[in-house]
Amino acid sequence: MSLALHSPVFIVLLPLTASLLCLAFSRIHRKLGSWLVQLAIFGSLLCSLDTMRQVLAEGTKSVHYWMGNWAPPIGIEFVVDPLNTAVLCMITFLAFVISFYSKPFLENEDWLHYGGYYTLYGLLTVGLCGMTVTGDVFNMYVYLEIMSLSGYGLIALGGHKSMLAAFRYLLVGTIGASLYLIGVGYLYAMTGSLNMADISVRIQPFVHTPLFAFVVACFLIAFGIKMALFPLHGWQPDSYTYSHPGAAGFISGCMSKVPAYAMLRYFFYVFGIHNTVMEALMNVLGIMGICGILIGSVMALAQYDFRRMLAYSSVAQLGYIAVGMAMGNIYGFIGAVLHLINHAFMKSSLFLVVGGIAYRFGEVNLYRLGGLNKKMPVSSIATVLAVLSMIGIPPTCGFFSKWYLMLGAFEGQQYIFIAVLVVSSLLNAVYYVRIVEQMFVQREASLTEIHDPVTKLGMPLSMVIPIGVTGLAILLLGIYSSSLVTNIVEVGLPEVLLK
Amino acid sequence: MMKDPFGGMLLNIAFRLLVPFSLVYAVYVLILGESSPGGGFQAGVVMGFGIILARLILGEDAKIFNVRIGTSLVLAGCGTFIYALAGWLTLVGGGKFLDYSFLPVSMEATHELHALGILMIETGVTICVMMTILNIMDAVVRRSED
Repeated sequence: MSLALHSPVFIVLLPLTASLLCLAFSRIHRKLGSWLVQLAIFGSLLCSLDTMRQVLAEGTKSVHYWMGNWAPPIGIEFVVDPLNTAVLCMITFLAFVISFYSKPFLENEDWLHYGGYYTLYGLLTVGLCGMTVTGDVFNMYVYLEIMSLSGYGLIALGGHKSMLAAFRYLLVGTIGASLYLIGVGYLYAMTGSLNMADISVRIQPFVHTPLFAFVVACFLIAFGIKMALFPLHGWQPDSYTYSHPGAAGFISGCMSKVPAYAMLRYFFYVFGIHNTVMEALMNVLGIMGICGILIGSVMALAQYDFRRMLAYSSVAQLGYIAVGMAMGNIYGFIGAVLHLINHAFMKSSLFLVVGGIAYRFGEVNLYRLGGLNKKMPVSSIATVLAVLSMIGIPPTCGFFSKWYLMLGAFEGQQYIFIAVLVVSSLLNAVYYVRIVEQMFVQREASLTEIHDPVTKLGMPLSMVIPIGVTGLAILLLGIYSSSLVTNIVEVGLPEVLLK
Repeated sequence: MMKDPFGGMLLNIAFRLLVPFSLVYAVYVLILGESSPGGGFQAGVVMGFGIILARLILGEDAKIFNVRIGTSLVLAGCGTFIYALAGWLTLVGGGKFLDYSFLPVSMEATHELHALGILMIETGVTICVMMTILNIMDAVVRRSED
């Protein structure tokens, strides 16, 4: 039996095994566990690429893997299709790159904390990949919990006010997870199945019942909380601000995107959007998205803490994804998927930059970044790329996702979305350009160095390279955006949109 | 580690009966879990109970039962790894993940292989649950003694 047959399960199994053994290895040598986890995440990345190759090969639409060879709908299955293979590659790539970035932050920790950090980091990767790859609704709950619990841990490790932020997220996140579980319970009561593909067929006679509306509302709130969709975003600014700086890039990049992907998966692939309940829900989602975009942008404008500003900006960007879904047409869908991937890279890149500044100078006030272009050249260039992308200027990737969202709004004749997109792009320009202005134009701020620059680039290489790579990825995703859309996203379009 | 154990003559004698009993009973629950109520989670709790009892009563004299916080974390991870290992072994045997029929052990009947696989993952769960309970106790005790 060839190894390629098992690649869907290896994506989850490799980091899981490595995380479980991480502490035992760290006991032997402080850094051994972290190397094991990194190696496993790299293996997971290779397996993701391999599944992408398999899925995109002629004639295959999806790859199925049955756990324990139990046939669905009784057994649990992993399903890889063009949509989630792209998300999987995004998660594993970011996890691998950022795993190097965390190291300088942990330099003075003992084996328990060093290994513990990488255990949580590996488990977060497991949760995110598992949520993406699974084709079973209850299995998704398990991975949702793995993701959340390791996320709480990584946020609490940040020190300072992070405990409170993590506890707050824990309370809110548990409500979200419970609502998801209630939804799954009722779904099972209605259809007698836990397999997504099976449910999508069996649910059709029930789509006009109140119970279905209840399930859908549960899922909207559950994933809304997890993806920090307005007005369920209360936990998010604190959590992102105070989370462990080494992991903040990964947390902010992927932890809100995967629930957004899950929402996309349920609404478009399982429930279908052409029934009265879902049409009403799409309106609600659209309103939530619009409010999120506007309020997130305005709140971001009011912040002076760099990290907090990025966190509020995330609320706005998740609003874009919600709006793309709410349009309910092909362009809106493509825009949402593209923005999901693009924003992960943009936000990771910016959080890595701010982490780097905090590492070297202990400074997060965005009005004290003057002259940073000389001290940290790579970070400054990455910031410029990410900022251009956030505003939506070609050839960076942010332009293309906004372009598809605009096209979707035109096609659906939902002009309010266009107005909101334009206004928010202007607001983005206002609050992001001031960072670039601070970095490149303002005179040098007097900053005290708490860590030596080590290299000429201003930081240890293990921090500079991830920042450079994510910055470059923003540019490359923009340049190759059309091939991403035609080869991957359009191949995996849900059938409800093609009718 | 409990600094102030609350043992006394009565407790010191009574727990000598209780601890071995609970440990043996835990193994019984673990092994019988495959065909009757019980299994890894319950066995882990019962085993953890025995160890916690010894620690509460003897404190620092509990010797082998006083697992350090780091060690218990390592063992909890290793316990869960035994679960994952069952899956790896089935992959090595040429089957799918957790398909016990392909465990690379020579047995006559497939259902025996399934029983073996289930016992293996339950053992892993037992160790993980036991160590996690000890860990929680350690965290609580450490906080109250700080």
